[in-house]
Amino acid sequence: MLNSIKVRIAQGSQYIPDPRQASPAGLRGKPVIGTADCASGCDACVNACPTQAITLAPLQIDLGRCVLCGECAPVCPSRKLSFTNDFRLACTTREGLLLSSTKPAPDPVQVSAALHKRFGRSLKLRSVSAGGCNACELEVNALSNVNFDLGRYGIDIVASPRHADGLVLTGPITRNMTAALQLCWDAMPEPKLVIAVGACAISGGLFADSDSIDREFLDRFKPSLYLPGCPTHPLTIVCGILDLLGIPS
Amino acid sequence: MTHHPPLLLIATRELDMLTLDDWAARCAQDLGAGARLLTLFGRATADNQVITTALLQDTDGARRVLRGSGARGQFFASLTPQFPAAQMAERELWEQTGLVPRGHPWLKPVRYEGARQQRMHEHVFFAVRGQEVHEVGVGPIHASVIEPGHFRFMCHGEKVHHLEIQLGYQHRGIETQLLRRPALALSPLVESIVGDSSVAYTWGYCAAVEALSSTDVSEGAQAQRGVALEMERIAMHLATLNGLATDIAFLQGGASYGRLRTAIINASMRVCGSRFGRGWLRPGGVRSAIDDALRQDLLATLSAFARDLAQVNTLMLESRSVQSRFQGTGVVSQKAAQDIGLSGTVARASGVAIDTRVGMAGAPYDAHPVALLTQSSGDCWARMKLRMREIDESVRWLQTVLQTAPHAESVTLALAAPLAPDHLCLSIIEGFRGPVIQALETGADGQLVHYKLQDPSLQNWFGLALAVRDNEISDFPICNKSFDLSYCGNDL
Repeated sequence: MLNSIKVRIAQGSQYIPDPRQASPAGLRGKPVIGTADCASGCDACVNACPTQAITLAPLQIDLGRCVLCGECAPVCPSRKLSFTNDFRLACTTREGLLLSSTKPAPDPVQVSAALHKRFGRSLKLRSVSAGGCNACELEVNALSNVNFDLGRYGIDIVASPRHADGLVLTGPITRNMTAALQLCWDAMPEPKLVIAVGACAISGGLFADSDSIDREFLDRFKPSLYLPGCPTHPLTIVCGILDLLGIPS
Repeated sequence: MTHHPPLLLIATRELDMLTLDDWAARCAQDLGAGARLLTLFGRATADNQVITTALLQDTDGARRVLRGSGARGQFFASLTPQFPAAQMAERELWEQTGLVPRGHPWLKPVRYEGARQQRMHEHVFFAVRGQEVHEVGVGPIHASVIEPGHFRFMCHGEKVHHLEIQLGYQHRGIETQLLRRPALALSPLVESIVGDSSVAYTWGYCAAVEALSSTDVSEGAQAQRGVALEMERIAMHLATLNGLATDIAFLQGGASYGRLRTAIINASMRVCGSRFGRGWLRPGGVRSAIDDALRQDLLATLSAFARDLAQVNTLMLESRSVQSRFQGTGVVSQKAAQDIGLSGTVARASGVAIDTRVGMAGAPYDAHPVALLTQSSGDCWARMKLRMREIDESVRWLQTVLQTAPHAESVTLALAAPLAPDHLCLSIIEGFRGPVIQALETGADGQLVHYKLQDPSLQNWFGLALAVRDNEISDFPICNKSFDLSYCGNDL
């Protein structure tokens, strides 16, 4: 017992006091599109991008497709592209995820008064991986560790859809998971919301053109929150949900 | 001088093309002589033919590729009745190519791919009959944040007679996806094959395309790839320990392993921008080289980490409740492990002394050896303790290499030449679960015609089914977590 307390003290306090003020060292986060002109006829970044996240004239990056791999930056002869450690990538609309040199950040998360009233003090989420590679799943798991400690805001991941107010979706939705995903959704009581975590869930990501996925579920149930990344950093998730529900940190 | 991890590079026209029957007979002959089956797979060609490949390792360590061909739908004598280690590979061969292993005792789809997608509900589970026998179905969606898979238990009271594991829910068609982009532009996709083993997969991919293009990689870059891999191994063993502690409500262990993992993956992020090592390795070398400042940063992180980890490990190992839950639970004997061909960490926990980093050491492990660690009891305790010891060994290795290894430059996509046409390259990298095997084959034009993946999980899931036999069903979660296998690595 005494030994246990000794270890507890030695391990120290590890929580992030205010996630909104955190600055994750080294993170390849939000891309920045510079104002330099593109070299004439150059499409090097488009060819380097594995998910067709980049379009030209004017150069735009779709954060819903971007896997933050960083392949585009070094191939650009105009040094127009770079990445920062900014993890604030959350957005409440799919269109709002489009970045350009004149729109350097995704549209700010729209605080929903209705969601704040209903879930602002308690939100229970059910995670479903539908073809995730276990990276987003590990980051969703990390939300409950002592560093990110999402539970302090009354937000928890729960074991049953019956107890859940929302679905945390990871993965591009494989055809083999469509039936189970629908069953899980049907088992959740109204009102309920969908949160799309990671490029796979938002756009299909690296698997968008695969014959083995079926994203029809998302045509019927539009996410209330899009959380980009590959995988999505836990700070993107924590701050995105806090912003959506209007919870101070 | 070339520096590379274990791999085999062969001009395909130099391989004897055996008839399907001869191929199966040669495989059986080699397995009978004690060879180990590393992988076995097939590739369907446009003219309804199938080309089969088996990679075997003799008792003296020599590796050999056996190639055969047959027509789609053709039968051959199944290896499985005599060599159970072939059961999963033969099922996959049948599912992917239509070749039929005659006499296979349990021919069922591995992952319900292709035309079988969305037909998993038609699956007929193995059934145990008798009074008071009951079945429990769990999944595909589970209570915790975890990938999907279905577990069907056949029980008598609390006791599990048999567990049938049905996977395939994660099938993304990734082997097809890998052929849709140029061979040199696959890194981000390869990093997402099994997201918790990004470095292991990317290293194997880089090694293969480098070998196919005769690209030399500097000793420093290989050492830094080793650093990336050992950081990943530590982080994922910690994730398993975290889960094991949480599953038996040893909450202090869970909380501490969780935060210790954060320290390691955040250090990886400071090197390469990602907590999962993404963007670290690229064909030609490393994209994110470790400079002197990062070297000091990693050494300081590891030194603080090692001190804190030792405290928690001691607490966990000395706790009576932990001992009571893990010791004697979920035993896989050494004999069973060898018979079914377990590989990697779970094999070593059953006393099978195999580790790619030791047995087939290439760079950087030839110059900087790691110790081959095993446990003998084959239970959850052994799998937990082995992970603790492997973390300690990785830390020791990292501290040595970071202090002595030569400098590396950051590279951007640099290969010496196009990929050699009509070649087959097989690479093997020991990830935290075990050997990740990737086979890349080029056609006459130097383009990839096949990219075959084999995660150690494919072979090892059956070990979990054996581990839970005669255990209480309530011990399934800790058995499962102690194996910590990949769903997407199985489902591809």
